[in-house]
Amino acid sequence: MTQIAPEIERKLGIVVERMPAFSKSVQKILEITRNINCTPRELVGIIEKDPVITLKVLRVVNSAQLSLPTKITSINQSVVYLGVNTIKNLALSIAAIGILPATNAAGFDIQRYLMHSLTTAAFARQLCSVYASNEADPGDCYIAGLLHDFGKIVFAQFMPEQFRQVLARNAETSQPSHHAELELIGADHTVVGAMLADKWQFPAALVDSIRSHHSPDAPATAMNDCLRMADLISRQLGNGGMEHPYREGESPINPARFGTDLGRVVAALGDTDKMMAEATNFVQAGMSK
Amino acid sequence: MKVRFWGVRGSIPSPGPKTIRYGGNTTCIEVRSDAGELIILDGGTGIFALAQALLKELPITANVFITHSHWDHIHGLPFFTPLYIPGNSVRLCGAHDVVTGTGIEQVMGVQLQYSYFPVREAEMRARIEYQTLRVGTVVEVGDARVSNTILNHPVINLGYRIDCNGKSVFFTGDHEPYFNIYDPGDEDYGEYQTLIEEKQRAIDAAVAGCDVLIADCSYTAAEYPAKRGWGHGSFDSSIELARRCGVKQLVCTHHEPTRSDDELERVFAEALSHFSPGPAVPSVILAREGLEIDL
Repeated sequence: MTQIAPEIERKLGIVVERMPAFSKSVQKILEITRNINCTPRELVGIIEKDPVITLKVLRVVNSAQLSLPTKITSINQSVVYLGVNTIKNLALSIAAIGILPATNAAGFDIQRYLMHSLTTAAFARQLCSVYASNEADPGDCYIAGLLHDFGKIVFAQFMPEQFRQVLARNAETSQPSHHAELELIGADHTVVGAMLADKWQFPAALVDSIRSHHSPDAPATAMNDCLRMADLISRQLGNGGMEHPYREGESPINPARFGTDLGRVVAALGDTDKMMAEATNFVQAGMSK
Repeated sequence: MKVRFWGVRGSIPSPGPKTIRYGGNTTCIEVRSDAGELIILDGGTGIFALAQALLKELPITANVFITHSHWDHIHGLPFFTPLYIPGNSVRLCGAHDVVTGTGIEQVMGVQLQYSYFPVREAEMRARIEYQTLRVGTVVEVGDARVSNTILNHPVINLGYRIDCNGKSVFFTGDHEPYFNIYDPGDEDYGEYQTLIEEKQRAIDAAVAGCDVLIADCSYTAAEYPAKRGWGHGSFDSSIELARRCGVKQLVCTHHEPTRSDDELERVFAEALSHFSPGPAVPSVILAREGLEIDL
């Protein structure tokens, strides 16, 4: 199923509206905003590690009520257009909703999800700088990585029982999550993520990348390629979770851009350990409370 | 087109013997199109004196454009007397508030609450219309066109340009020049610099060639560094803007509430001393209550 009924679309929108953000970012936002001199860069650094807050900020700044003359694709750009105080207060209002629980009725591993999203984001940005610097903005590729699996969180929150079955199916078989989702829910997380991004008038390239990140015949745009390769590397490094682990022999992503040696691409990313450690730090500090 | 200043003070009304020459009322500017259409920029306390003057020409149709929702730009609105008199029409235009999710009606609604003001909106007898503006929308007011540009302040602030028969006025409301939130050497520095340069070019294009630029000149260059991020410009930053955009006359406003008339003139003269007027910006003056500019 690639079409979602308008009523479901509306309900999914409300689910996200009410969805709290991740523990670490909520704590950090509350902490740094108590200081009137908190620096804008500190705030941006926290927001852009949280898929929920990032999604909501982009939703507001791209909204029809404002209709800014240009599509806003990053948190930095949001700060330029709306000012840091407005972004701070948006973040605070999202933080006030609460904290996304580490456990949910679907049994979906929120920390693993966050780890995968953060590493995919960091890798996608780096891949863009190395392999596609003249074709896309590395910051845009970062956002694509951060938000690409957002549909899974929506499933876990919105239809936990069905998503639990999806996860059970993943555990039993080695079928990747999106196949089981299609079968058991009727739409996969790429469709739901893209639908929301489209509904909120995100830039078309971002919507397309979210929609096609599991599609073998996705057009070879820079953002698609970098996202799909970053997703694959993140999973290869063990961040795929049980719902989509890396398997030997997965088809290569656009060899015309990246070549056929995955090891070389990983090496070109630079210090992946450091990127992984940064993500772990964010995820684990969030778990401790 | 005619421009008249009714309030030129920033932040808080500052009446008293030390501000008598420039005035203590907060922001309010009246603009009349060639055909006499009434456009009011901001509803600070200056709007009360304007309201008294308008009582002589009832019924009126007023088009009030609010740059942003901070108190000093709206707190005269409930005292805009024509709102209470049947037969008048008041259109209130301004930006959507992204944090509260409300439209421009909020700037009135928030003030007309039982605890803060004795009259309810339902009791106002004029025809009141609220128009929440999308960024970049042009509003036609008779023979004048009002366009808006999003500027840089802690809350969404629209700068307004009014064009009428080849003449133009731009009012910034409150605006601070963009600065890079990263340090040179930070990974994001270059990207952020590109973003602010792009945004600045869009603002320059909106200000370009206007006859009168009325700009937020709260600070001196020396005061500014301690106030960075507060959302206000300086004499120097506004002169720079005027120069870049080929503005014919710059009117400096949003005077600091603590600044006496004498001090205001002193810091203004000092700012002008390191700027040589010339064809780039032929005239730079201070806004004062009662100042009229004919275009």
